[in-house]
Amino acid sequence: MSDSTESKSTDINKDSGEKRVGVFVCECGVNIGGVVNTKAVAEYIGTLPGVKVTSVNKFTCSDSGQADIQNKIKEHNLNRVVVAACSPKTHEPTFRACIEQMGLNQYFLEFVNIRDHCSWIHMWEKEKATEKAKDLIRMGVERAKLLEPLQASEVPVTDKALVVGAGVAGMQAALDLADMGFQVYLVEKEPSIGGRMARFDKVFPTNDCSICILGPKMVEVARNKNIKIMSYSEVKAVDGYVGNFNVKVEHKPRYLDVTKCTGCAKCSEVCPVEVPYDFNEGFGTRKAIYVPFPQAVPLRAVLDKENCISCKACAKACQSGAINYDMQPGFTDLNVGVIIGAVGFKTYDPEPRHDFGYGLYDNVITAMEFERLLNAAGPTGGHVVRPSDCKEPIRVGFVNCVGSRDKATNIYCSGVCCMYTIKNAQLLKEKRPETDHTIMYMDIRTPFRGYEESYNRSRNLGVKFLRGRPSEVKEDPVTKNIKVRVEDTLANEIRNLEFDLLVLATGIVPHEGINQIQQLLKLSKAADGLLMEAHPKLRPVDTTIDGVFLAGVASGPKDIPYAVSQGSACASRATILLKNKKAITEGITAVVNPDVCAGCGVCLPMCPFQAIKMDETPYLNTGIKKANVVKALCKGCGTCVTACPTGALEQSHFKNEQVLAQVKNVFKFQEVVA
Amino acid sequence: MSAEAAAPKGNGWEPNILAFCCNWCSYAGADLAGVSRFQYPPTVKVLRVMCSSRVEPAFIIKALKDGADGVLVAGCHIGDCHYIDGNRNAEVRINNTKKALAKLGFDKRLRLEWISASEGLRFSEVIRDFTEEIKKLGQNPVKEVKK
Repeated sequence: MSDSTESKSTDINKDSGEKRVGVFVCECGVNIGGVVNTKAVAEYIGTLPGVKVTSVNKFTCSDSGQADIQNKIKEHNLNRVVVAACSPKTHEPTFRACIEQMGLNQYFLEFVNIRDHCSWIHMWEKEKATEKAKDLIRMGVERAKLLEPLQASEVPVTDKALVVGAGVAGMQAALDLADMGFQVYLVEKEPSIGGRMARFDKVFPTNDCSICILGPKMVEVARNKNIKIMSYSEVKAVDGYVGNFNVKVEHKPRYLDVTKCTGCAKCSEVCPVEVPYDFNEGFGTRKAIYVPFPQAVPLRAVLDKENCISCKACAKACQSGAINYDMQPGFTDLNVGVIIGAVGFKTYDPEPRHDFGYGLYDNVITAMEFERLLNAAGPTGGHVVRPSDCKEPIRVGFVNCVGSRDKATNIYCSGVCCMYTIKNAQLLKEKRPETDHTIMYMDIRTPFRGYEESYNRSRNLGVKFLRGRPSEVKEDPVTKNIKVRVEDTLANEIRNLEFDLLVLATGIVPHEGINQIQQLLKLSKAADGLLMEAHPKLRPVDTTIDGVFLAGVASGPKDIPYAVSQGSACASRATILLKNKKAITEGITAVVNPDVCAGCGVCLPMCPFQAIKMDETPYLNTGIKKANVVKALCKGCGTCVTACPTGALEQSHFKNEQVLAQVKNVFKFQEVVA
Repeated sequence: MSAEAAAPKGNGWEPNILAFCCNWCSYAGADLAGVSRFQYPPTVKVLRVMCSSRVEPAFIIKALKDGADGVLVAGCHIGDCHYIDGNRNAEVRINNTKKALAKLGFDKRLRLEWISASEGLRFSEVIRDFTEEIKKLGQNPVKEVKK
């Protein structure tokens, strides 16, 4: 610790006086050396003004290569280092650390890519590649001479966390963080926590009862002293930055006092209003005042004001006097260090496009509807019936990839539909062996433990698999049976099939709230409309916003084990910040020169992170309020810098003169005319 | 190189293109072209900026004035910007710069492309295509004047 403090304090000193550049050309085995004549390159670069030493290494990133850099820094008293090697994406951190050990500011390194951008792509043009390498390194040397020292700054981190979304991923994140001793606020927009998993009947591949395994977890969340559940609440505003987010949460009125309500549901019994029950995918009804579902946490009623007719029957029935018709939305302001977004998804709605007759024919239903029909606590007590006549179907057809892998809807694979269709067919077949099941698929995808086994179990049970996508779906006007014309692409024949019930395996799509969350947390969206992680492989739960993490389907289709793992992963990633109580922020930021700033404010709307604020008081005696960059918020993109009409804004490490030094040195041409 | 650049239009002349690539998508796309060994002509030199929106019109003008035959600005696809919507700002700026350059007949020498980190092949194709286009346009006339 003392070492690094010491080295940091000497950083600035190393910048004084003459710029002494050392250039280290890497051969990367034969990757560079086999194409680029590194010796000739080093010789040429050695002639450039300011270059005190050049060196060619077989592998500059190796211990001996790094030792060479460090020795030469000492020997030649270098204060700028140019490494010409692979991509800065791979080894910039390596060499930054290498020169920092020698007391140089880490930003005094300039990394030139002569492998990915030169030797690898000009493999058959060795001479031209050598010339290009010279040009690229010359650009780097000129830029290096203008590099300025930067300090990554530290910000304190509030050791509290906000988890948005209390599905299984969010709950897992909250539980893990709470168990590590951190205060967690768990915000859920629905009246109960539990998310989509609470609605599933059984879950693949082991077919355990979904609510039986989720219910105890929900109770555990409620019981945990460190978790504050904010159900029926939504995040309305987020301000601040890593370690110090200020969040405004709105609590939607339940029109009853949750501290008095016991969840006895006496109010529901007397309520005369019946509306389609959303928890059962619109099958059956619920009352205008209702307990969301029997295992709800918190087990409290909620009044649906839109459908309430104000008859006040519930108020009379409520023995604890909890009902309050005049309840207003409440607000809570939170200060948290990290935010975990586990905002979930919805299933694809086939209604607008009438995919496979959905919405036109009664007996075409979605898999979620089928799921509720299968459920013992569902609208039919677990009897799968078809909507047209409430008879139990014998011939059941399943269509896979509805709203997935389809250019007309979504091109991506939702990942879970094959498995839940296999499971659904199994469950009904086990319940009623006389039923006959046909799954019409494009491909069956069963990765991960136990999935292929589950598929085999379905086959053994007699579930038929037909590779083909229905080309025509019609309803028999008399029997209301569904007639499907489908090409069996394995048997190479057209089949005309008749089903009593057709179930659509609808895919995963973003829900309506995702845009709001995206804007509040300033995240990006991927091509599938779901939120984007920082890196698809190496930083799968981080986002480009420091201190914000993503778990579950919010960042791409996932099954339950994957979502749970991500919840835990988020908690673990967040703990790094929460436990250290500090965060390191980007050294490359925009900087305002108040002497030049005219206070016009052009830069303010340019910033995608709202990192620029106008000062509240005028600067010195100018009478002008100047722009000010909040360093912890600035991500260093430089868009404001380009917009600034006066040149008061500069992007550190990418200052105009630094970029122009490269531009000027792209072509030797100008030297010829000079 | 210098001899080549100063050589008259015709045999052996190869364009000189400067490519501003954003750190997150296009620079990584150029890296992927390398990793995948997608060969393209050594006409282009990549200059890394954090975001395509950092590219000032002044940088482009300076490059053209100094004899660049073409300038490419490459960023993340719209909607994929690492900085949310920096590339939209870049789009406006580059289009305006193009309009200004059109008056000098230089507009075709400036190109804006969206190249993602997964589009190594596209990166090499863009470079090949732009190189061909510049070859048709011929050398940057500034060079002749300067001579």
